[in-house]
Amino acid sequence: MNLNFDPLTTDLLVYLLVFAAIVFASYSACFEHLRAPWRQVAHNKIAMASALVLSGYLLIALCDSIHFQQPLLEANGKPSRDQGGNIVYQSEAISLFDLFVKNIREKDEKTYSAPLATHYYTKENITLPDGKQVRNFPRLQYGGKHLGNQNQRFRDLVDKALRGGGLFVLWGFAIIGIFFLAKKFSTSGSSPDSPSKDGIFSGGSLVIFSLVVLFCLGVAFFISKDYHLFGTDKVGQDVFYRALKGIRTGIVIGTLTTLIMLPFAIMMGIMAGYFKGWVDDLIQYIYITLSSIPGVLLIASAILMLDVYMDTHPEKFDTIIVRSDWRLLFLCAILGVSSWTGLCRILRGETLKLREMEYVQASESLGVGHFKILWKHIVPNVMHIVLITVVLGFSSLVLAEAVLSYVGVGVDPSMESWGNMINAATLELAREPIVWWNLAAAFVFMFGLVLSANLFADAVRDAFDPRLRTR
Amino acid sequence: MLNYIIRRTLYALPVLLGVNLITFLLFFVVNTPDQMARMKLGIKRVTPEAMEKWKRDHNYHLPRFWNDSESGAQKITQTIFYQKSMVLFAFRFGKSDEGEDISHEIRKRMWPSLAIALPTFLLGILVNITLSLFIASVRGSYLDINAMVWCVIIMSISGMFYIIGGQYYFGKVLRLVPISGFEPGSSTIKFVILPVLIGVLYGIGGGVRWYRTLFLEEIGKDYVRTARAKGLPETTVLFKHTLKNGLIPILTGVVVIIPSLFMGSLVMENFFGIPGLGSYTIDAIRSQDFNVIKSMVFLGSVLYIVGLLLTDICYSWADPRIRFK
Repeated sequence: MNLNFDPLTTDLLVYLLVFAAIVFASYSACFEHLRAPWRQVAHNKIAMASALVLSGYLLIALCDSIHFQQPLLEANGKPSRDQGGNIVYQSEAISLFDLFVKNIREKDEKTYSAPLATHYYTKENITLPDGKQVRNFPRLQYGGKHLGNQNQRFRDLVDKALRGGGLFVLWGFAIIGIFFLAKKFSTSGSSPDSPSKDGIFSGGSLVIFSLVVLFCLGVAFFISKDYHLFGTDKVGQDVFYRALKGIRTGIVIGTLTTLIMLPFAIMMGIMAGYFKGWVDDLIQYIYITLSSIPGVLLIASAILMLDVYMDTHPEKFDTIIVRSDWRLLFLCAILGVSSWTGLCRILRGETLKLREMEYVQASESLGVGHFKILWKHIVPNVMHIVLITVVLGFSSLVLAEAVLSYVGVGVDPSMESWGNMINAATLELAREPIVWWNLAAAFVFMFGLVLSANLFADAVRDAFDPRLRTR
Repeated sequence: MLNYIIRRTLYALPVLLGVNLITFLLFFVVNTPDQMARMKLGIKRVTPEAMEKWKRDHNYHLPRFWNDSESGAQKITQTIFYQKSMVLFAFRFGKSDEGEDISHEIRKRMWPSLAIALPTFLLGILVNITLSLFIASVRGSYLDINAMVWCVIIMSISGMFYIIGGQYYFGKVLRLVPISGFEPGSSTIKFVILPVLIGVLYGIGGGVRWYRTLFLEEIGKDYVRTARAKGLPETTVLFKHTLKNGLIPILTGVVVIIPSLFMGSLVMENFFGIPGLGSYTIDAIRSQDFNVIKSMVFLGSVLYIVGLLLTDICYSWADPRIRFK
């Protein structure tokens, strides 16, 4: 299949982030003092359960970050070519994830329908085959299309749920079984008295949890093939699909903001603490000034300015997707600007303490250069603070996105995000009868991500903070 | 002490100048006044005369930083930067795009904001301290673990869900309180009670967890052991010794917010239709009224700096070991 890969700017940054994460992981695997806290995290059952959920979210976000254009197909199914023989591509870029969920994405109805419904939510005049007109709920185009008689709906749903859930649980059992066997062979072969208590597979509760997650996934997967699991929204789009697409937006904001602010925060923080004097005064002045501007207002002003800029330079942002992507990136940048000050202040304080340590003073008296001292002695010793701040900050960034989108200075209104869904839902709750599923879907997905991020962050903090380290 | 306060106030001036410079750069350097005029007038084919008139009406016809055509001090004063940003130091906010006097609006809208923010703040602290002291007293127990789980759950739900859910359940289904709106006078309470309760509930998650950590840190200290060794009952140790010392770190985190209470909460006021400063700001953001946003940024920064100063003063008052030179 001919595909034209067309990564967006945020995609590239997401790849960069994945690369950085891999580098960091392989770096910390080399040192025992970095492995130990991670092992403590791995022994924490709640942390591992949330890591499981988080990795599911991350996987979806990553799949959703690989964008390409499909060739424009002619009637005979072959890609159409221009005079030069080059393949003509569709103007709209889709992601790998869109391909996976193709059968949810393309089933657009006309307007609202309730979750798992077979009929629309509002009455309309329908013309019967014999020419009479009745006012009733029209049949959905796709939802439960295969059902002959809609009394079968409940049985069909239960049937699908059990089949899908059962299949996924079986897969889960198979994978866990393979892991167990591999574990058994490797441990019994090499060292018989290796520690029996291994974090990841010790808890039966963890296995049960992952099976439950798999069951839910299977149910959702099988049902959403033929029904609208979370109903459809005002223009008939599947809400489940929109909520899934919102995952990327949330995670991109949570991670890229950190990626953008980290270099500034670390550099400024340790420089202020290490060099003191006028450098310290200047950096302190910068961060006090920035942090005294109310965050929402700074973001609002910056986004308004971006809007004006985009309005006056339309040629630079040719498609909607590029436009909304730049807005997302800009939002990350400005969120970074308003959030690096906290980390900077903590790092400054820690560096002030560290630079009086004997080993720093020793290297100073031996004539080691400033840059080398910073890189060799200071940076590794503040890394745990950076890591803790990053994981603790992630969930608040995801929550902030929703608020900003509500205020109207968040991501582009055309972009799928939970904030935009909540925004739409406030109007839907005021109508009669109410439409609750947009809100419910945003709630479920956001809650899942933020809760697991919070729990995981707690475990990471407990493991890395020397004051809290228990052993 | 007085010396210190004066020094800090003087130090605030360059910070506020920096704030003004940042907002100015954002508003007038990224986009030229011509582009602003075009966006405000909103029509594709704007005549140059109309744009010129708009710029003259709103004082955008001046140069940005330096006016060569004037003489003396007017070289600086007859510029956009001076006319739009420096006058804020005298708290002259000017007029909004609708022609209303911004300082008048601020004075009028401050009170509804306070009516929500102040009770939320006070009740929130009271509830958080009580709960966290209680949880700290049963630390390690089943109740403690459960409470911490609930705190994380409360923290993990976006504040907007509480507002939407509360409005729907108490306002629409039970009809206990009006869904939104505000009225000064004796009927204020029925408009205020739901936002306040929701604000307090939302704050519990983070607050109780944080205060509990602070109290547990205090409980591990030597003076607590001494107090127990003297034979004091656990309640006295907790409510007299631990509470008093635990209040110091709480104070630093809390006092800085107090001046900012005037600004109100953007989302809360918008959802509940409170005519406070928060909804004023949101309206300004949505109608792209730069004058109002600029004034609110300045006001917010001033209040934040006042908050920092208050924190330092309270800190030295609560903990006599701390002295400022």
